[in-house]
Amino acid sequence: MKATTEWTDRRVEDVIGNLLRAGVLLSALVVWSGAVIYLIRHRHDPADYRVFHGEPTDLRHIHGILHDSIALHGRGIIQLGLLLLIATPIARVAFSVFGFAEERDWMYVGFTLIVLLILLYSLGWSS
Amino acid sequence: MNVLLFTLLVGLGSLSAGFLGALTGLGGGVVLVPLLALVFKVDIRYAIGASLVSVIATSSGAAAAYVKEGFSNIRIGMFLEIATTLGALLGAFLALKVPTPAIAIIFGLMLLYSAYLSGRPQTVIAENDEPDPLATRLRMNSTYPSADGPRTYCPRRVTAGFSLMFGAGTLSGLLGIGSGAVKVLAMDQAMKIPFKVSTTTSNFMIGVTAAASAGVYLNRGYIDPGLAMPVMLGVLAGSLLGTRVLVKARTRSLRLVFSLVIALLGLEMIYKGIVGGI
Repeated sequence: MKATTEWTDRRVEDVIGNLLRAGVLLSALVVWSGAVIYLIRHRHDPADYRVFHGEPTDLRHIHGILHDSIALHGRGIIQLGLLLLIATPIARVAFSVFGFAEERDWMYVGFTLIVLLILLYSLGWSS
Repeated sequence: MNVLLFTLLVGLGSLSAGFLGALTGLGGGVVLVPLLALVFKVDIRYAIGASLVSVIATSSGAAAAYVKEGFSNIRIGMFLEIATTLGALLGAFLALKVPTPAIAIIFGLMLLYSAYLSGRPQTVIAENDEPDPLATRLRMNSTYPSADGPRTYCPRRVTAGFSLMFGAGTLSGLLGIGSGAVKVLAMDQAMKIPFKVSTTTSNFMIGVTAAASAGVYLNRGYIDPGLAMPVMLGVLAGSLLGTRVLVKARTRSLRLVFSLVIALLGLEMIYKGIVGGI
């Protein structure tokens, strides 16, 4: 029993490690492609972040970000990459629910679900 | 300054911050916000948004490596993440209400505290003879690899650690940092978890904590793609480089210099917060 648990723990940790690495890599690639488009089109514009205006509404919501990305707007694609980055730890937590369930550790399934709900609540603000 | 030059300079600055942060173990996020706010004259809200995003990138990138080494304890991490994510939500909402000079002052104090912590000698933890019964019930007792085989450890004072983690989460959400210093304090000092386990588990938790406030930040327009792009790519590349070099470099004097820089930035943030102009 003990050995099986440790083996499963190990496997779950391996999957989590790969998941995190893939998420970060993918989001960096998307940010990079958006950056190329953004810099080609806007390289001569003035950069001024002294005064806070807040982002336009399309860059604040998942729907608007997807819309801008499909239209190949550089800033929209960068924002999509950042969204993927934010989703990476959330995917990690979601996978942990599955991992703990596999080990029949219901107490930790409960804890993990609480964390997942908090994360989804926060992300729900931008849907 | 035009967009191209700004992007290159911010990217270079973030690369150095990420590199030094990984090399010294102090994290790059803590110097990013002062760098952007004081040197590049970026509004602190945009700076915090960009920093938060980069924190997720470095934490997830490093955690991927640590998890495989078998040091981080995913049960302790997950249980304490309940506290840090709730705190992070609170911190993100506070960030919308607290005036920016006050945020600058709190940030400065946090920098001074980080500098103080890193200057102090590392405490050696005594053997864990009286484990917290709560830790046993929560199945937190575990082992970690060492030169002479796996060694067992049993966390203490779980409730104190949980409360400190809530505070760490709030600071993270308010300031857009990983607040690894407070997380390590909670696990290292309160729960008496071995240093290697507490630092790697803290790193594992930072990404999830930051993700909990990122949704609120995104919705309120704090995350600007033009600024977050060079910051995220720069810090990520820098920290990956830093962890590569880490094994060979002697970091003691570098750590001292870096904590001195952090302390100075902290004083500058507090000064700017008091006289205005941030």
